[in-house]
Amino acid sequence: MSQRLIICVMLLCLPSFTAFAGDGREKSVAPLDGDNPLSNLWSGFYYAKPQTKQMQLDDFENPGLLYVEEGADIWNSRAGEAKKSCASCHGKGDVSMKEAGARYPVYSARLKKLVNLEQRINLCRTDFQKASAFKYESRELLSLTAFVRHQSKGVPVRVNIKGAAKPFFEKGKAFYYQRRGQLDMACNHCHEDNYGKYIRSNLLSQGQANGFPTYRLKWQGLGSLHRRFRGCNSQVRATPFAFGADEYVNLELYLNWRGSGLEVETPAVRN
Amino acid sequence: MFGAVSLVVANPFTLLAQDSKQSLVNYEIVDVIQSKSIPKSLTGKRGDKKRGEALMIQRSKGNCLACHQVSLFEEKAKTDPNAYGDMGEVGPTLDKVAKRYKEGQLRLLLVDAKQVFPETIMPSFYRVENLHRVGKKFKDKPILGPQEIEDVLSFLLSLK
Repeated sequence: MSQRLIICVMLLCLPSFTAFAGDGREKSVAPLDGDNPLSNLWSGFYYAKPQTKQMQLDDFENPGLLYVEEGADIWNSRAGEAKKSCASCHGKGDVSMKEAGARYPVYSARLKKLVNLEQRINLCRTDFQKASAFKYESRELLSLTAFVRHQSKGVPVRVNIKGAAKPFFEKGKAFYYQRRGQLDMACNHCHEDNYGKYIRSNLLSQGQANGFPTYRLKWQGLGSLHRRFRGCNSQVRATPFAFGADEYVNLELYLNWRGSGLEVETPAVRN
Repeated sequence: MFGAVSLVVANPFTLLAQDSKQSLVNYEIVDVIQSKSIPKSLTGKRGDKKRGEALMIQRSKGNCLACHQVSLFEEKAKTDPNAYGDMGEVGPTLDKVAKRYKEGQLRLLLVDAKQVFPETIMPSFYRVENLHRVGKKFKDKPILGPQEIEDVLSFLLSLK
């Protein structure tokens, strides 16, 4: 290839780069907590293919937004014996849920453990709407979770790991560094030691959680963070935990702490 | 940790016969001035280089290419990209690996690389103990069988 041709190709690529510049996704962000082992935080967006990025950014193309719309319908629909909707108590989601998507999981004094957004939604269903809980990973729960977290889009993730949450944070951290499965790998081997490198055809990311629930092209649908955990665990030939398992919620807190400072992107689009 | 372990069984082939129980053959680790190795073949037999190459590219087996690059395969990837393409960049190149390591050292790196590099991402291809929550399908089974280790080793030894 001649030098002139290379320069031409580079110039042609330029508009697609500038399209992402300045929206906080193509740049790294400093972690909020100085103890974070990562000195620069990169959203998974950064590692996605250009056409996948474009799909996420375009509201007409992002298939995750169909779920968000369905979630909005559920938000406004009365349910259960109490005949209440989410809106009956919380009003407009874009006001009341502006921060919620950025700060979960949180410690529940009543349950004496962490609850994530999915579980918080189901607690509202059973306690206040007097309705049955949605099944984890059901279309309804994914849609409503995506709707709630979408209200926090652009808000930097910031979780509380102090006080009562601390022991659960420590458990999540221990999980992260625990080798598992026949392949004997821990999360850090791919997502801390080798992000930015290819493992066969896959470009390893930092394994950040800021885009979940995420629309994965591989899934042809929206999926929860716990679905991704289960996939990772199976890939290293380990027995995964159940959706909503305490182990995964603890890990979710730890991961969100590792990503504290990154903006919520829900619904992200990934490979 | 660097102590020499001597666990050689008189006839390793008798163990191979009880395949249903998935008991592993024993091997001897020797430590010559902190250079650990398994000098003897796990099966007493030499490996098959061609079979070794096949195991290296097979995703459900060695899948060495997931992390390592082999220049020899770049040419082959042009005609068979699915089998030889998409070499990873997590581990060091395997080009001239036989010049960097002796046979016994390479055998140990395949069997249990953590004996040499405790923090490595590299799976231990012939170890079943001290693993956490191994999936049912894979429980008590090594990633590669003892002859498969020898086969891969045979291919690696050709990379000079």
